[in-house]
Amino acid sequence: MASAFEPNASTVLLAHGSGGTMMKRIIDEVFYSIYGGEILLKGDDAACLPAPAPGERLAFSTDSFVVTPHFFPGGDIGRLAVCGTVNDVATSGAKPLYLSCGFILEEGFPLSDLRRICESMAAAAKEAGVQIVTGDTKVVNRGHGDGVFINTSGVGVIPAGRELSGANCQPGDVVLVSGAIGDHGIAIISTREDLAFQTSIQSDAAPLNQLIANVCKAAPHVRCFRDPTRGGMASTCNEIAQQSGVDIHIQEDAVPVHEQVMGACDMLGYDVFQVANEGKMICVVPADEAQAALAAMQASPYGQEAAIVGEVREGTGKAFLRTAFGAVRVLDMLVGEQLPRIC
Amino acid sequence: MTLDLKRFKDPALVKGLIETIHRLAPADGANIMEVCGTHTMAIARSGFRSVMPQGVKLLSGPGCPVCVTANHEIDTAIALSRCPNTIITTFGDMIRVPGSTSSLLKEKAAGADVRVVYSPLDALRVARENPASTVVFLGVGFETTTPLVAAAIKRAATEGLDNCCIFCAHKNVPNTLDVLVNDPQVRIDALILPGHVSTIIGVEPYRFLADKYGIPGVITGFEPVDVLQGIAMILQQLHDGRASIEIAYARGVMPQGNPTAVALMNEIFETCDANWRGLGMIPNSGYKLRPAFARFDAVERLQPQVEPTKEPKGCSCGTILRGAMTPEECKLFGRACTPEHPVGPCMVSSEGSCAAYYKYRRV
Repeated sequence: MASAFEPNASTVLLAHGSGGTMMKRIIDEVFYSIYGGEILLKGDDAACLPAPAPGERLAFSTDSFVVTPHFFPGGDIGRLAVCGTVNDVATSGAKPLYLSCGFILEEGFPLSDLRRICESMAAAAKEAGVQIVTGDTKVVNRGHGDGVFINTSGVGVIPAGRELSGANCQPGDVVLVSGAIGDHGIAIISTREDLAFQTSIQSDAAPLNQLIANVCKAAPHVRCFRDPTRGGMASTCNEIAQQSGVDIHIQEDAVPVHEQVMGACDMLGYDVFQVANEGKMICVVPADEAQAALAAMQASPYGQEAAIVGEVREGTGKAFLRTAFGAVRVLDMLVGEQLPRIC
Repeated sequence: MTLDLKRFKDPALVKGLIETIHRLAPADGANIMEVCGTHTMAIARSGFRSVMPQGVKLLSGPGCPVCVTANHEIDTAIALSRCPNTIITTFGDMIRVPGSTSSLLKEKAAGADVRVVYSPLDALRVARENPASTVVFLGVGFETTTPLVAAAIKRAATEGLDNCCIFCAHKNVPNTLDVLVNDPQVRIDALILPGHVSTIIGVEPYRFLADKYGIPGVITGFEPVDVLQGIAMILQQLHDGRASIEIAYARGVMPQGNPTAVALMNEIFETCDANWRGLGMIPNSGYKLRPAFARFDAVERLQPQVEPTKEPKGCSCGTILRGAMTPEECKLFGRACTPEHPVGPCMVSSEGSCAAYYKYRRV
């Protein structure tokens, strides 16, 4: 077991969060060397960023990531931490620019895993065109964390005149989804240690800021974007319907779902509309811009399976699902946690 | 073999079957009961109740393994989770179900080690990885899951894995059907029989329904086309005035079932009387460990302190499980009792009748 003063420790030690030489070492050798970037490497306590131009606005969002396992098919906690916040910022129509990154590490966490997570964050940030400009590291005693928790906050700039909100939707508008739903949630559940079943489903974790920018260009009157993460598409549709005071009607067989995901949901007793996504967008546009928005999504690397899935109607803030057999049922929000069933 | 499941959801086939069902519907109606929670969910999800002909009623029976588990058994599982140095492994459905005063979810929040697994064999892995703890698997479910638990116990015995045991609350389907069809409060004209239970036990255990009571039964699967095909075959039998046990789910069920699984189940377990929520004590409707494997009995080993049983006030789950009341007829349904604030187990479990009716309620 390495001592707290061991310079070549292979795991995270309490001293890595102590403010002393060990902390400087982990900052230099892991975070600075992997993230790089002029603003971060200045080493000041605060990142100083250029102010937006007159008429532009700032979008600001934060998210914390506590997923286990830390590495899963199609991604890892680092990629999630970047994509999640980039996507939240981008839903406002902003161009995401800067991220902060706070790590809470558990004593004994392998430094090789930390490096792998940071490299994944750097790659996702590069792909999204954002910079990690400030950060923080804390270490908690062994047994007081789950290896690693990450918080990221993001800042982006909204162009002048762009006002997207879940409260903008109007009867007659059209609902799109940027691709097949449920991949992330099923990929994660398939790797949970006590729940070993095998699939080749990969998490869809991806930065969608480019896709959103393309849709904004193609459909200038787009009402809103929302990423259907926890709670899945069911929660997102309900949230938008409530914010706008309208009803949302989804056509069940129009929603893309990969066959393996459907199979896993059938087996586990899950509702695919309540399964989490990390690389999908729900988008509402005026009907006359729907085809242009769809084409813009499908032209993006993460939107090839995009589809028009429903419409907005007058109503009282509810979401409905029309089944392939013509029955209409309530599309409910998830209550508690989805749990695998017995048989 | 890959299977194109889309065929079993094909709207054109569905439409044709609905027409057949309407053509065959008896003038004086028919009460058809499904006794599998997955069927309950499938029927609710596709909204088939609303497309049945006048008088053809689909009743939901005691098909949810969690729901039929009596409160005393839930309390016992909770008491086991409070035993020192014990890890509870369970299928996910069980953890939210309320007992008399608590639930496994609440016990977990209070510090109990409760883990969701997908197979009883996963419980053995947990036992191997935690040699200093006693690992209890909650054995709940029908013939679909009982052979898996039997396989796990056999393996544990072979490996000498002494720190694992089971809480045995398994139940069997056929003996309970005998009670249901004799219920004076519920007229059952025919039965939709469970697909996966029948994969294990085959056709034979249901024969008495047709032979002794003249009640037709059709074993079917869970896709929309399967369910409707099963109903159409039932109505055809009623139309022809005959009663037999037929299979509409040939891709999943063979007439003889799975003799290997049945043999394994019988090697480890023997039948015993079991207490069903809503139905009470039914002779030979449960399973207990045979004496040679009794050392794997969690209750014997850990001697948990089980609290006195209290039934939830105003809850009609017991009546609903017998098909004598629909969830919507319960005065708590959708008001005092919702998935967020469930009063009884039928609203909690993903396969419970009330949860199915609520989740897929129509507009």
